[in-house]
Amino acid sequence: MIANQFLILAAALFATGVYGLLVRRNAVMVLLSIELMLAAVNINLVVFEAMWRTSEAIGQVFALFVITVAAAEVGIGLAIILMIFRNRQSANVDELDLMRW
Amino acid sequence: MTFGEWIAEPVNWAFLIIGVGMLFSAIRVVTSPNVVHAALYLVAALGGVAGLFVLLSAEFVALSIVLVYIGAVIVLFLFGIMITRAPTGLDTALDNPRKVPAALLSLVVFGLLSYASVTAFESSTVSRVGEPTETATLAEAFVGRFVVPFEIVGFILLAALVGGVTIARRDLTPLEEEMRRSV
Repeated sequence: MIANQFLILAAALFATGVYGLLVRRNAVMVLLSIELMLAAVNINLVVFEAMWRTSEAIGQVFALFVITVAAAEVGIGLAIILMIFRNRQSANVDELDLMRW
Repeated sequence: MTFGEWIAEPVNWAFLIIGVGMLFSAIRVVTSPNVVHAALYLVAALGGVAGLFVLLSAEFVALSIVLVYIGAVIVLFLFGIMITRAPTGLDTALDNPRKVPAALLSLVVFGLLSYASVTAFESSTVSRVGEPTETATLAEAFVGRFVVPFEIVGFILLAALVGGVTIARRDLTPLEEEMRRSV
């Protein structure tokens, strides 16, 4: 297995996430796209670990850190979306123009 | 390495099947007109990620993805969808109209990333395929060299827990507060 097949697949996953981030209106869908991008980053970390095989499996350790932080981010993000929805009866990011100049 | 040599390896068959399935589900996540379907397609995409991790002999990370994402995060997402959208069916106004610039930008991102990785790692291979990473190695790294980041991540999780509860809790109206005080 060459490393580039994984890296290009991860790049495609990341680009898909970027598309969803820009196109979706619902804030929950935006968070889903962010999850896709984080998964692509995790693939990269694990591929680099499989290429170089450090003695402490550093790439996998960092992938686990990313998973943990992503879980925390989803929890906080959904709490914020919930509060915005409660206050404005909408979770669409283009309707949140209260602080727009 | 020609394509014929590449496809002759059975592990690349597995890669191809997982990769195509994962990419299809990822594209459905960002294009599906139904929000619940999008969240469920994310399960398939992350399952593909876990499969890739097994191919890359990162079994523990694969299982963590299954536990944390498919087990917990997706459930959170489904709750979020069901709380913030009363009609969970089809919704035509789910995407904003600027799809073409977004698609162009994501293509540019893909092109740049794949160009960079192709030029940087021309034909370097994944070493020691099929040799598992021992979980003990990860455990020793976590409580050895990475013990401070490990503790910080634990603190972040605690802060996220407390913060999530604090943000999402409904504030009492003055009347309700009055009633609570009088009880």
